[in-house]
Amino acid sequence: MRRATSCDAAAAAAFFLITPGGVNFRHNRNRRYANRRRRKKMYLNWVKLWNLKTQVTNVRPLHVNGYQQQQQEALAVELESSHETLPIFRTQESDPARHLEKHIGQYYTLPPEHIRTLFPHGLPRRFQTQVKTFNEGCVMVRQPALEVISSLKKVDYSKPAPRFVLYGVKGSGKTMALCHTAHFCSTQGWLVLHIPDAHKWVKNCKELLQSSYNASRFDQPLQASTWLRNFRTTNEHFLSKIKTSQRYIWTKRESTEEGKPLRELVDQGISRVKSSSDVVGAVMKELRLRSGHPEAGFRLAVVVDGVNALWGRSTIKKEDRSFVNPEELTLVYNLRKMMRNDWCGGAIVTTLAQTGSLYSPKTAYLPQELLGKEGFDNMDPFIPVSVSNYSEKEFESCYLYYQDRHWLQHPQSKTEDGKKELIFLSERNPSILERLCASL
Amino acid sequence: MLLIHTSSRPPQVQTRQICVSSVLHRKNLAAAGPEKFTTEFIQKQVEEFNIGKRHLANMMGEDPETFTQEDIDRSIAYLFPSGLFQKKARPVMKHPDEIFPKQRAIQWGPDGRPFHFLFYTGKQSYYSLMHDTYDKVLNIEMHQDRLRAKGLFSTDTKNISLGSSRWLIKEELEEILVETISDHDYMRFIKLMERMLSLPYSVIEEEFVLRFRRQLEVQSTKQVVPQLERDERGVAFSTTEGRRKTSNCSVVLRDCGSGHVSINGQDLLLYFPVLQDRQQLMFPLQFVGMLGRFDLECSVSGGGRSSQAGALRLAISRALLGFLSEGEMENMRQAGLLTPDPRVRERKKPGQEGARRKFTWKKR
Repeated sequence: MRRATSCDAAAAAAFFLITPGGVNFRHNRNRRYANRRRRKKMYLNWVKLWNLKTQVTNVRPLHVNGYQQQQQEALAVELESSHETLPIFRTQESDPARHLEKHIGQYYTLPPEHIRTLFPHGLPRRFQTQVKTFNEGCVMVRQPALEVISSLKKVDYSKPAPRFVLYGVKGSGKTMALCHTAHFCSTQGWLVLHIPDAHKWVKNCKELLQSSYNASRFDQPLQASTWLRNFRTTNEHFLSKIKTSQRYIWTKRESTEEGKPLRELVDQGISRVKSSSDVVGAVMKELRLRSGHPEAGFRLAVVVDGVNALWGRSTIKKEDRSFVNPEELTLVYNLRKMMRNDWCGGAIVTTLAQTGSLYSPKTAYLPQELLGKEGFDNMDPFIPVSVSNYSEKEFESCYLYYQDRHWLQHPQSKTEDGKKELIFLSERNPSILERLCASL
Repeated sequence: MLLIHTSSRPPQVQTRQICVSSVLHRKNLAAAGPEKFTTEFIQKQVEEFNIGKRHLANMMGEDPETFTQEDIDRSIAYLFPSGLFQKKARPVMKHPDEIFPKQRAIQWGPDGRPFHFLFYTGKQSYYSLMHDTYDKVLNIEMHQDRLRAKGLFSTDTKNISLGSSRWLIKEELEEILVETISDHDYMRFIKLMERMLSLPYSVIEEEFVLRFRRQLEVQSTKQVVPQLERDERGVAFSTTEGRRKTSNCSVVLRDCGSGHVSINGQDLLLYFPVLQDRQQLMFPLQFVGMLGRFDLECSVSGGGRSSQAGALRLAISRALLGFLSEGEMENMRQAGLLTPDPRVRERKKPGQEGARRKFTWKKR
């Protein structure tokens, strides 16, 4: 797109003079401003990445002045020393099962293949961009995640599945704690049923089909098929081991026999998009039944982000322009059944999210407020885990990590005063701090 | 034939104009210049003012002898209450010298000859002032020569203590001279005074120089520093208020805190999601370098988010004054943290779409 020049302004002015009356062309101007902002953002990002590249990969720049040379030497020394001793904010343990209290505040690296398989859809959007930028996925070990993980280690799996609900203010790290727990579950060999954002299933639905199974319910083929695809990526090795327990008839000509591997069921759902929602329901039912058996050989972890969407309201409209009740959606109905702790041999770890939720006030973050009466009754009893903003040690760790990644380019940010400013402006909230540092 | 007795015609012939054109009668208002008050007129006004003052004192039941200008202002405000916003438009009773602009009396005698020798320069008081100043310069130089002749000349003499004073501005000089001077003239005068000051023995003309200098008020001394109170634990805190547009706020700044901020009972992040507002709050604390030291308890109402942030910023700066030294207070004042922002929403005028925006001009 070419840049707006002065002839554009002149042309626009001429156009104004010709058209009679005061026709409002503000939308053109706004679009131009938005374009300029977008281009500026892209340019600044490019500059930042270019700086990172020249420093981190030690590429020899075309002209070196004294300051840059000093920087490079310092960086070389730093890199050498980092090979020998790990910086204070990192830990060598990349196995979540071995994370202890002493690792709180330290970053552990997610192995890249785990990110690809485990988290095709689970990580927060900004974290994904950060992983791409820094070329590594580092997650901070924090208290709430450790609590859940230690509880999971001690749980008796013959009893009904325990339910954990992570709650906290906006941006305090609930989804990241959830992903940490999911990583733990998968390294322990569990089957992880990860619903990245339950809110996505109750809003912005492009296609709504009436369910063939139950006429009063509605299907969401697109959402169901994407989810099935991601599920297949996450749990490849399990799909061939688990067998179906009953015959499923999809249409007059298609059906899945009893005793077939789950892979067939999932492939059926992905290829025949129309019946994908019912496939999701079938998969959930199978897993529930299977995990209860002692000789099943696997444990089921149901990991849901934004569980308050299941008992909230939806913004999907029917043909007669009335709103759809969430329980009339097949996906939501099946997920609610999953949330019931009438199965054993696994655990349910969920998060409350105000960010994507519909018709809930901005200040609400407690389980009572976000789940509502119905949701609370359904989820009761559960283990609430509160996720708070960074403590001083965690903030320090995050700050050092950004410094190490050369993310903070502003000279003031390297000083003590700059750190105090960051603390004040972000109140040690992880997401606000990340956004703040992105512009420095 | 009747004999008409014609008496001797008087010297003045009485002529009667038959037809008059209004053009001749209309006064050329522009050419007349500003209204001229004669000295007798001014004197009469002064007498009337004095009598009126005594009457007023009588009316108010006060002693006419000890009735000062403040008493007059008070009484007039009481007798003629006015709701006008412009203070200058309200009824006022002051000495005629303050009301009527100073004018020069007629500068020439009955024979038409001017009194002052520099009358024909056009700016007689300015040039006479320049002459006087140069007289003083020559005086100083003569004094120096005499001392040199006696052998008592020394360069390290006491200089005139100027202190924190400034030269008269052009308007003030015009007021003294009662005539208009140009910028060029004013600069020449100041240059001559500076030259006079640069001479070693200018102390002898100190009184003349000080007539043309005005004291500068130190702005920061006018600042009211809020009192530091102590609560039962002995921790110092101060309460201040601030205003901006239509927002009002009050802030309690507590010492020995951890940088915790609560606004109307809510968290800072929740109340001000926008970074700009939080930066406004941070500015006074960051300027003095006391970011993690204080706890803030704020309550704010009215206005929008930006004006609330501005009001809070002002209140925080004022609250900080109690914890600062004089120099830091001056720095804050110069940074603009202590100045209340006078900008308010301008009213919409009839015949226009907004305060300034006019309706779209249509040629036809």
